[in-house]
Amino acid sequence: MEKTWNNKAWFLVLPVLLLVAFSAVIPLMTVVNYSVQDTFGNNEFFWAGTDWFTEILHSDRFWAALQRNLLFSFIILALEIPLGIFIALNMPKKGLGVPVCLVLMSLPLLIPWNVVGTIWQVFGRVDIGLLGHTLEALGLDYNYVRDPLDAWITVIVMDVWHWTSLVVLLCYAGLVSIPDAYYQAAKIDGASRWAVFRYIQLPKMKRVLLIAVLLRFMDSFMIYTEPFVVTGGGPGNSTTFLSIDLVKMAVGQFDLGPAAAMSIIYFLIILLMSWIFYTVMTSSDADN
Amino acid sequence: MARITLDHIRHAYGPNPQADTDYALREVHHEWKDGGAYALLGPSGCGKTTLLNIISGLLQPSHGRILFDGKDVTDLSTQARNIAQVFQFPVVYDTMSVYDNLAFPLRNRGVAEADVDRRVKEMLEIIDLSDRAKRKAQGLTADQKQKISLGRGLVRNDVNAILFDEPLTVIDPHMKWVLRSQLKRLHKQLGFTMVYVTHDQTEALTFADKVVVMYEGQIVQIGTPAELFEKPRHTFVGYFIGSPGMNVMPVSLDGARAVVGSQDIALAEAPKSVAGDRLQLGIRPEFIRIGREGMPVRIDRVEDIGRRKIVRADFEGRPIAIVASEDVEIPAEPKIAFDPAGVHIYVNSWLAGSPATAGEA
Repeated sequence: MEKTWNNKAWFLVLPVLLLVAFSAVIPLMTVVNYSVQDTFGNNEFFWAGTDWFTEILHSDRFWAALQRNLLFSFIILALEIPLGIFIALNMPKKGLGVPVCLVLMSLPLLIPWNVVGTIWQVFGRVDIGLLGHTLEALGLDYNYVRDPLDAWITVIVMDVWHWTSLVVLLCYAGLVSIPDAYYQAAKIDGASRWAVFRYIQLPKMKRVLLIAVLLRFMDSFMIYTEPFVVTGGGPGNSTTFLSIDLVKMAVGQFDLGPAAAMSIIYFLIILLMSWIFYTVMTSSDADN
Repeated sequence: MARITLDHIRHAYGPNPQADTDYALREVHHEWKDGGAYALLGPSGCGKTTLLNIISGLLQPSHGRILFDGKDVTDLSTQARNIAQVFQFPVVYDTMSVYDNLAFPLRNRGVAEADVDRRVKEMLEIIDLSDRAKRKAQGLTADQKQKISLGRGLVRNDVNAILFDEPLTVIDPHMKWVLRSQLKRLHKQLGFTMVYVTHDQTEALTFADKVVVMYEGQIVQIGTPAELFEKPRHTFVGYFIGSPGMNVMPVSLDGARAVVGSQDIALAEAPKSVAGDRLQLGIRPEFIRIGREGMPVRIDRVEDIGRRKIVRADFEGRPIAIVASEDVEIPAEPKIAFDPAGVHIYVNSWLAGSPATAGEA
């Protein structure tokens, strides 16, 4: 067939382009604009070059927040991915249990972030919260407002509660696509439960797992609302992750220049990490 | 390798089966010889895969027992039965190499690595994939993958039987032929008991020593291809096997004569039947001669299929197919005659004089 070249078709993309421009590109450019200038209000700007970037990259505060954030993402991935796979493996494959489980699994995903935060903020309170009060009644010294470790545990458990379902649903979708013949063949080949997981289920889940890891990494690395509602970044700075720090700097202190520089660095880190994850996880496909 | 005894096997998928129709498999009672090649032939939903899965242990029969060499294996798991099965869709372990795929069933059984290596290399030779041993199984073609599935079954030299569940369905036609003859050669060479499920009569007839024809959850006939052709025990066998299938027409009996419409046909002997039985006459198109003598027919059309032609005609108000060789001329007022050797009378769909269940293997 003869290919026809008709550049007018590009006009059809224009509406989307405009939308994306207004919602993403233009705000991003404003941030770039702020990051290389200094302002004292009155819409007066002074050229600052790369000063803000240097300042951010030399500030202990930024590195501390980055470390906390990396640790947080690492723990989240280490907990949610195996737990999600485990739950997905044990979910029923047919019958009435399937819709029941799927609905139960979807519930946490349907709750808005700030509501999740509020739920756990109340849940964990020692005076009126079910969790906090019970733990205290059991004689455990739990207080997420005072103790940094308790605050971390609370924030992590909350995130696991909120987002493991996403991993479960993705893995489950991968699992149900495996034809029965594979399991039957494995039985005939005398494969152990572990071998079935390792050579049948895991390879079939690989693609969805890649998506799960990427999504959970990006989301946990950008987490803001839930810890902000529960701990407000405290006690001290113990749960101040990058985004919380960024908001403090930009909106709290009104240091627009450094904040803009920081958001660009932040953005590049996420981009870089996602790219690394993607490359590492897809590279085994290219082995052949 | 083993002799397989199916002792009054019945299976229903639903709970509390009452009527015959609740059973996916109605009463199967047979013994299959050690080293035999059996083909289970029948239309979709006739219970052939159910029977196969019962033999392999993937399904537990609702009633009855299965014996391998006289030993009851009904309650044994698939692994313990030591069975190999090849499925309709090739099952390969994508992330493993071809070599590891073949080694998998051996390693799972704790075979020493030196033995594994020797047997896998042998098997690679047999299935003709030696040059791809180190490749990942993922990128192979469907027929290569199916060969691996087959190899995984054959690599264990102690299997009791190898079961095939329509293994050539997804293979290209020209490769089908190659694989089929390879499989036949392997069977001769290794002598395993083989059960082969298919709905393709050519595949079953070229492949098996004994063809087991199934229909509505029961075995209607077990026989060699020639027996199925010459003496179908059930009208279903008559029209399922053969192309075109057997002509079946309602008749009434008058002693040793069968009456079809206004014609009567002499029979070799008078079949036994009681009043109220449904009587049918079956004759294969190959046993009808067309010429100037006999009973009048009206020709509808003639299909030329090379060395033979198929005449579609109207006989006493019923369609009838006749096979004639290509040099036979069809006269202006055609008449047909039935070869007495090919005429069978069916009582309630079963061949007159045979019990209403298929006989021994």
